[in-house]
Amino acid sequence: MATYTITINNKKHTVDVLPDTPLLWVLRDELNLVGTKFGCGIAQCGACTVLMNDNAIRSCSYPVSAVGTNKITTIEGLSENGDHPVQKAWDEMDVPQCGYCQAGQVMAAVALLKRKPNPTDEDINAAMSNICRCATYVRIRKAIHIAAGNASK
Amino acid sequence: MKQAPSNISRRHFLKISSLAGGGVLFGFEMLANATAETVADAPLFSPNAYLSIDPQGIVTLMAPNPEIGQGVKTSLPMLLAEELDVDWNKVVVTQAVFDKEKYGNQSAGGSGAIRGRYEPIRKAGAVARQMLVAAAAQTWNVPEQECSTESGFVLHKASGKKLSYGELASKSASMPVPDNIKLKDPKDFKIIGKRINNIDNKGILTGKPLFGIDTRREGMLFCMVSRPPAFGKKLKSFDDTETRKIPGVKNVVRTDTVVAVLATNTWAAKKGRDALKVEWEDAGKLESTTEHIAAFKDLVQQKSDKPDRNDGNVEQALTSAKKVMESIYEVPVLSHAPMEPINFFADVKDGKADLYGPTQVPGKAISDVAKALGIAEANITLGMPRQGGGFGRKLRADNVVEAAQISAAAKAPVQMLWTREDDMQGDFYRPNGMYRYQAAINANNELDGWYLNAVALNAGRAAASENFPAGALANYRCDSHGVQSNIQTGPWRAPTHNSIGFAEQSFLDEIAHELKKDPIAFRLELLEKAKTSPVGKVSYDVEKFKSVINLVSQMSNWGTNTPGRFKGFASYYSFNTYVAEVAEVSIVNGKPKVHKVWAAVNCGQVVNLSGAENQVQGAIVDGLGHAWYSEITFDKGAVQQKNFNSYKMMRMADAPPEVEVQFVATNEAPTGLGEPALPPIAAVVCNAIFAATGKRIRKLPFGNSLTQNA
Repeated sequence: MATYTITINNKKHTVDVLPDTPLLWVLRDELNLVGTKFGCGIAQCGACTVLMNDNAIRSCSYPVSAVGTNKITTIEGLSENGDHPVQKAWDEMDVPQCGYCQAGQVMAAVALLKRKPNPTDEDINAAMSNICRCATYVRIRKAIHIAAGNASK
Repeated sequence: MKQAPSNISRRHFLKISSLAGGGVLFGFEMLANATAETVADAPLFSPNAYLSIDPQGIVTLMAPNPEIGQGVKTSLPMLLAEELDVDWNKVVVTQAVFDKEKYGNQSAGGSGAIRGRYEPIRKAGAVARQMLVAAAAQTWNVPEQECSTESGFVLHKASGKKLSYGELASKSASMPVPDNIKLKDPKDFKIIGKRINNIDNKGILTGKPLFGIDTRREGMLFCMVSRPPAFGKKLKSFDDTETRKIPGVKNVVRTDTVVAVLATNTWAAKKGRDALKVEWEDAGKLESTTEHIAAFKDLVQQKSDKPDRNDGNVEQALTSAKKVMESIYEVPVLSHAPMEPINFFADVKDGKADLYGPTQVPGKAISDVAKALGIAEANITLGMPRQGGGFGRKLRADNVVEAAQISAAAKAPVQMLWTREDDMQGDFYRPNGMYRYQAAINANNELDGWYLNAVALNAGRAAASENFPAGALANYRCDSHGVQSNIQTGPWRAPTHNSIGFAEQSFLDEIAHELKKDPIAFRLELLEKAKTSPVGKVSYDVEKFKSVINLVSQMSNWGTNTPGRFKGFASYYSFNTYVAEVAEVSIVNGKPKVHKVWAAVNCGQVVNLSGAENQVQGAIVDGLGHAWYSEITFDKGAVQQKNFNSYKMMRMADAPPEVEVQFVATNEAPTGLGEPALPPIAAVVCNAIFAATGKRIRKLPFGNSLTQNA
């Protein structure tokens, strides 16, 4: 076991866990931030996507020991009242079916929009590799365009 | 005014009224007949188990069925709100726990929740509204007929009087239950048929603990399980020496079938599970997909002694045909892979079980746990969180029983969680199948005979013998066979239809091309035959079928193509719903690109337009992705695809950017919608690929077929 102090949603937390523990399980089991989801455990599906600084990472395959002083943002810390433009666009398009993958989808979209505020369809295809088993891709794409301010419902 | 008798207990009343929305066919008549029965001692107004109104006016609506992404936590309460006549924005929706006395059938499967509950649930809302009106009329001393309702108020327009449902709640509880329940005329609907957003959007989009996997209870241990590595293997023995050295591991227990590691966090449980030295022994045949396919190839050439359907004389039609067409179609095994991996919380102690987690069949889960643990069903409670997808996987209660057995063995509350690899290797799979079609083309260049010989793994039903074009042809025969296997199979979104839809709708396209007929005109011609000169039973409604075919034809401008793009068509009837779809496809570097899909749907009255459209879009893209990439194979009983790196799923880049959906306008009672848009899409896209390339795809996944043929 080892102690790590990590910054999650602008707050410092100290945890005592096995060094190879993926960030995902630190969030879910130690800090009770269960909005970040487990889907595959091998960085394939993206349900566990969080932001490290401004980049999307797959927390199921990112050991807590590698986080260091980087700032982590989870779905719980994306906005105070659930009113981040991406969250609002997701609601406006009524994207979720089961909803399980959507926290990861939202975080991936936030990272994309930080990099490319006006993404094309091709940019979205390249950046959004998360799996939605309900296959809500049509609405996810539209929601990203809405969040970018380039479309209306 | 009739005085309410006070000798009927509230409990008795609830028992009667609960049958109302419970999916019991005649249940509501019982309530309707209970004219004089009242709720005498109610602290709030709750005329049945589906809703309550407190004196502050807070309206709480119950969502009786489990939410697996099909939208019933939103759409079922919408039915209540409509008839109750309240503002949707002001209601509180609560997920009911399992209670079969109160809520009847609480399963999620067969696209059945809305179909089964449309009228009973509306009646439950209408009863409450009529009792509120009665209370207001009595208060004002005016006839009930002069009162109306609007957005949570009873109005007496003549005098301008107005009372809120909250103000009327206590008095309403003592009103007689109306025996003549009047439902709204669909033209007056304010909520049904409108776009209403998913009730849990806020929670989903801010990461609230809505799912079974998010359960956290006092003293709960996280649990991972070592399960057999192949079908045909069973647990012999295990050594947990290394496991117990891992910090955080608290216990290791075994059940009849598995070894479970319990720890203070998931990672320790997983490391502990992986460190077990488990010995498995052979308990049955170790089967391989290659053997199944060999058996299929043999069986599709064999006649069945008992055809599923046999009209006219298909052998004779084939013998005397000018031309016989023959094609063999093949579909692979699929995994359900719901996004939320299999899990369940169980706390079993003192002869009681507290269960919470994802299941499509809470009633079956309780009876299975009762049997497995020897606990009375009455001592088992089961809560239903939102679920990260179902697709049929959770129609088995194996996860509930496994968690309960582990909790009982460990004497601790546990959250059992499978890894994705556990899930993909321990599924109840969509069976693979093979379909041999023969078509007789007569001297008049007409389709005169149709013979399907179908085989599928563990098939209870390898074919859908009543499907169109049965009824339209003088000579029609359908035979089916099964190959028995110890590999677990089960229902997967639109069971049987998801396989046969591809095969049948592709073969119809082949025949249309052979006859040099437009694929849509060819279908319409056959449908006309089924109407004017039906042969045997016709299990579909010709006019409804035509309604969706004609609509999608208009929507997609069928008959005109953008240069370089090609269209494909298919239509399918399942779960009492008619769907017709067109896809527009081009081929880029040998790979298909699906630009757009149009879908026309006749599912009766649409309840939630946004949710319904989402289901159709999702089913289409889901069906397309599985047809394109997904395939499970077995080698000596072991699944060869273990996670999403080898079991490929649809992702954004290949998803059609647009799926346009239109519903045929009708006020007929709703039919199924979670599944019916899926069966046609594989054929729609493969028919478009044929139009683009001249290549006929007869084996899924088509991504592989295209590469292999190239």
